[in-house]
Amino acid sequence: MTKRQKVLVLYLKFPSLEAEVISWATFDGTGKKLHMTGDSDEPPYPTGLDALLDGWRLFQASQAIPEYPGQEFRTSYLKHEFFFEKIEEGDF
Amino acid sequence: MPKLLSTEQMAEFANSGCLFFEGLIDEDINREFLNDIGHTNIDEVDNIQQYFQNIKSSSSIPRIPAGTPLKDAYPLNSPLEKIFKNEIVSGAINSLVGSKTVVDHQFLHLTFPSKYYDRANQRQMSQVNHQDSTIDPRTTFDIQLFYFPTAVTKDMGGTRYHPGTHLRIVNEMGIAKYQNIKGQKNIICKAGTIGIFHSGLWHGAGVNFSDDIRYMFKVRLQPKEKQELLWDIDKKYRPLPNRALYWTDENQEKTINDILMQSHPWQEADTNRLDKINTIKFWRQLTGNKNLDIDYWLTRIENELY
Repeated sequence: MTKRQKVLVLYLKFPSLEAEVISWATFDGTGKKLHMTGDSDEPPYPTGLDALLDGWRLFQASQAIPEYPGQEFRTSYLKHEFFFEKIEEGDF
Repeated sequence: MPKLLSTEQMAEFANSGCLFFEGLIDEDINREFLNDIGHTNIDEVDNIQQYFQNIKSSSSIPRIPAGTPLKDAYPLNSPLEKIFKNEIVSGAINSLVGSKTVVDHQFLHLTFPSKYYDRANQRQMSQVNHQDSTIDPRTTFDIQLFYFPTAVTKDMGGTRYHPGTHLRIVNEMGIAKYQNIKGQKNIICKAGTIGIFHSGLWHGAGVNFSDDIRYMFKVRLQPKEKQELLWDIDKKYRPLPNRALYWTDENQEKTINDILMQSHPWQEADTNRLDKINTIKFWRQLTGNKNLDIDYWLTRIENELY
């Protein structure tokens, strides 16, 4: 038996796990499913908290970085990023 | 005679970063374009590279040096020249980037069905989300015009795009990690459809799970004049007066400002407000009116008394 990591990345509407999911990505280290860009129109969970309730472990969250003076209105990448993992055991 | 965009269409473009003209180009020109590139029955296409090389060597699509004026870019009476001469197409181009616009680049994108990947033992993946070219902090914007000579079905993986992302300044594939974004759309359309994207719009090609090749001809156009009231040559546009905020009448009529201030499902609660502010700044630029505001977003923060 070996262990493999599955990674779920959720982008939320505001920086709290109870917030609605607005963007998502899944990378499956078990090789059971190949995820790719544009493969689902509905998020896997309505909120970040729902991912926790389904057994995903949070291992990284984006920091709050104050807007750089003079650049307060510049918009760019999605801000509220949360990385989750699940470890699966099996014969891969 | 070019048919310029309406103020409503310009507002839609300012808010969403895209416009579509479904089935605009007629069947004869679509067929002429397909014949010109040597489109053939899928069963006769053995090799992707060879098919592509044949198109490049025999079609009338010219090699256009970057910076060539659009009006000089395509051979007279070629299918592409007819498409750019279409009154709706030329009107939209003139409205957004002006009549002196130049060609940045063009490309004929072909997306092949699964069997070619299976045969080559390659993984068939969609294209990741990206913003074209490179990081672009300009106020000036380019447009990318797309032409679909055949119908695009859901199976064909038509271009994925994210309305309202065009004013976010990102660096090309720096957005590739967003596999899916709420509100994402795919271009599913009739043959002859024309789409126009603001050059900043996030997008990517889908996977073609159909049995046919998907074609998409793209040209990027750059303006050579200020993009102010180009659609309104009589300069009639006047901003609307302030309206009540939050404590409002439910039955108030929808206006241009409602088109401009439309939210998108992927926007964060906080940054959504900055997206609105940037749309108003973009509308100031397009109308040439440096003082206009919508829903007090800019007036509020410009009221600096110290």
